[in-house]
Amino acid sequence: MFEGVPLQWFLVTGTIMFFVGIYGFLVRKNLITILMSIELILNSVNINFVAFNKILYPGHLEGMFFTIFVIAVAAAETSVAIAIIINIYRRIVNIDVEKMNEMKY
Amino acid sequence: MIDFSFTALILLIPLFMFVVLGLFGNRFKPLVSGIAGTTGLFVMWVLSLITAYMYFFVLEKAVDGTFQKFLAVNMRWLTLTDKLHIDMGVLLDPISVMMLIVITTVSFMANLYSIGYMKGEKGYMRFFSFLSLFSFSMLGLVVATNIFQMYIFWELVGVSSYLLIGFYYTKDAAVAASKKAFIVTRFADLGFLIGILMLSYLTGTFDFITLTGPDSPAFTSGQGVWFLGLSTMTWSMIFIFMGGAGKSAMFPLHIWLPDAMEGPTPVSALIHAATMVVAGVYLVARLFPIYVSTPVALDVVMYVGAFSSIFAAIIACTQYDIKRVLAYSTMSQIGMMMFALGISGYGGHEGLGYMASMFHLFNHAFFKALLFLGAGAIIHSVHTNYMNEMGGLWKHLPITHITFLIACLAIAGIPPLSGFFSKDEILAAGLEKSTFLYLVMMIVSGLTAFYMFRLYFSIFWGKQTQYEHTPHEAPKTMTIPLLFLAVGALLTGLIPFSNFVTSDRLPFVAHLEIWVAIPAVLIALVGMVIATLFYRKENNLPEKVFLALGGFSKAAYHKFYIDELYLFITKKIIFNYISRPIAWFDRHIVDGTMNGISFVTNEISFRIRKFQSGQLQQYALVFVSGALFLALIFIYLWTN
Amino acid sequence: MTTNQLMFVIFSAVIIIFSILTVTSRRILRAATYLLFVLVATAGLYFLLQFNFLAAIQLTLYVGGIVVLIIFSILLTSHLGDKLEAPGWKKTVPALFVAVFGAVMCTITILQYNFPMEVITGSDRTKIREISYSLVSTEKFGYALPFEVISILLLASMIGAIILAKKRKD
Repeated sequence: MFEGVPLQWFLVTGTIMFFVGIYGFLVRKNLITILMSIELILNSVNINFVAFNKILYPGHLEGMFFTIFVIAVAAAETSVAIAIIINIYRRIVNIDVEKMNEMKY
Repeated sequence: MIDFSFTALILLIPLFMFVVLGLFGNRFKPLVSGIAGTTGLFVMWVLSLITAYMYFFVLEKAVDGTFQKFLAVNMRWLTLTDKLHIDMGVLLDPISVMMLIVITTVSFMANLYSIGYMKGEKGYMRFFSFLSLFSFSMLGLVVATNIFQMYIFWELVGVSSYLLIGFYYTKDAAVAASKKAFIVTRFADLGFLIGILMLSYLTGTFDFITLTGPDSPAFTSGQGVWFLGLSTMTWSMIFIFMGGAGKSAMFPLHIWLPDAMEGPTPVSALIHAATMVVAGVYLVARLFPIYVSTPVALDVVMYVGAFSSIFAAIIACTQYDIKRVLAYSTMSQIGMMMFALGISGYGGHEGLGYMASMFHLFNHAFFKALLFLGAGAIIHSVHTNYMNEMGGLWKHLPITHITFLIACLAIAGIPPLSGFFSKDEILAAGLEKSTFLYLVMMIVSGLTAFYMFRLYFSIFWGKQTQYEHTPHEAPKTMTIPLLFLAVGALLTGLIPFSNFVTSDRLPFVAHLEIWVAIPAVLIALVGMVIATLFYRKENNLPEKVFLALGGFSKAAYHKFYIDELYLFITKKIIFNYISRPIAWFDRHIVDGTMNGISFVTNEISFRIRKFQSGQLQQYALVFVSGALFLALIFIYLWTN
Repeated sequence: MTTNQLMFVIFSAVIIIFSILTVTSRRILRAATYLLFVLVATAGLYFLLQFNFLAAIQLTLYVGGIVVLIIFSILLTSHLGDKLEAPGWKKTVPALFVAVFGAVMCTITILQYNFPMEVITGSDRTKIREISYSLVSTEKFGYALPFEVISILLLASMIGAIILAKKRKD
């Protein structure tokens, strides 16, 4: 059993972390920093899952399993994303999203 | 019953030649394409002769002694509804078989002649492929099983005529002439189309056999409905005749024919003398039973024919361009054919005019093609079209001279050449109908003899002209067709035509009307004598007469100002008061609307183009704001 | 303030501060390091919530795997001395507006919502044995199918990553 900290506190922390991630996703130019923002977003969701699980349904494990799967998906996503980033870097020696406009218009 | 389905080949061979020469002509040497085209036409000619022989002599006649009228080939081409369908096929009856012979013979001769005549011209193979296209469409026209097939080929004929008149497309006059020919005949074909629609609406069929059969729906339906004093069936037949008049250069739709002489001479011989221009006559003959049932329409045919005939004959006397003289002569002769159809009745001796018309068509094809080919040989050797720049050619061009003389005698109606017989029948039929028109036709005969011999003497006798190069006789490929056609002009008159082609397909015996024949020959001789006096030796008699007739001859020289009238109507009235406003409306209102729409679209898209920046982060921003906005709405604002 | 609360406040403060630093730092390697702190603090939260296994996964996979991967790719694609270009105000202002607006709206929503007070209790099943049984079980609350699917996904992404990053011959 877990006591002392209300659920809302976890949720507010997760919310703030989520929107910080959104902000990073929207303003960062470097592809790798965008990737980091995505990690932040995923983590905030994980915190929510885990907090719900523990505080509302302590006898169950769904939240935890979802978190595990999210982590696994994040790992897969990161590996592929980094492969793509390296590939792009090899081609145009740049990983700035705003400058990747060769196929524009 | 003999299987006539091989007649489809007569159609398919020229089509095949057209496609092959048109697509692959450039790969061959020019001469090869000429020979290939001519060979195709030769095969077609032989097939037509076989068809004619089998049809007239081998095929047994129907029970009532008439020549059979049947579909040798028939296939359904377009099915619109169960009742309304358009067929393609080959219809054999005396006139279509006769036309097969005429067309294939003249086509073959003109093709053979062109091998020599067109030598060294640019677009040699184009010429031959167009000639094949023309042969195909003309044959399709005459063997049409239904009026719609006829219309399709009718237009194809118009197109090939257009292509061939404009063959020298670098020459402005040729381009203008081809456009004129196309537009004028197209305008006439509008009438034809209206006529077809009315006719098929009234009778419910396109089929010629049904339409012209003994119990045709055309005899009953539409006869009772009246419009402007005429029955609708009469109107439809008048409209159909309008199409025929356009193609056959009848007054007042004749203006394209003299200009069409800008085309190469073999084309003039083939299309504008022997075959295409008689399509109108053929059309009337094809629908003759219906015309007989609508006497007013038939009278229109008669008067238009008679007037065109004398009108063209007068103009022909004043022209100097030899091809134009021949063109007006063609118009005059076709007017006679139309006239003969117009005075004819149906069946037996009543149908004398019909028989005479077809007979004249047949003979005319030979001697007029011969005249044109001869004129071509002359132009080929002296490089001018104007008879006042010629003279004394008889010793330079002996073969051309003889054949030309034969053709002139034939067209003037001197026995025993072909023109005499058919003209005699026409005059005999005319006398039975009306004395006045008979006299008109007599005058036309006299004028015909006069202008033909005016032409003959101006070219071959008259003054001794010095030429830059000594004129020389044309090559064999050109003289052989001349000789062949001369034999035709000599002999075709002896064919007992009433045994073969009659209005009701029942042979009858036509006598030579001696009391008609003698005055006709006499007036022709008078015309010849006057021409001899005027033009045998160089003198000033023609000018005196020309001046004595004053305004009339001047008007005739200017073709009675018909061209100017057309120009006035089209340029001054139609262009200014109809086309300009329409063009303005089109340019400013219709185009303006379209341009406005495209301008607005263009501007808007140019402005909003930036929305699609390709920048992922902008999209994400919009997406997140949208999601938040929706969340806001659904959580706080849209709460019941 | 209980120990739990204190720990939570510390961890969440670390998470919030370092995540803000992650997205604002102009030196990319430092940003990665701040991310590392955020992830470690998240693992701390998991420990606090007594999800020991999950916290271990978080540390090994995220901290030990993903962040290291990110740092490697940073080393491959960036010059360490360079500072990142500062984003222009045209980008930051709308993004900041959206982020703050969203955060405020969500926070207000969360705080206003009445979560059920009565907690559904049951035996504490956070033992490794329980987790392992659930992960491969096909019964109710068993996760055999997602487990297999995620395995295939990982395998596929691994192969895909290798193929993508492999040097082409041409």
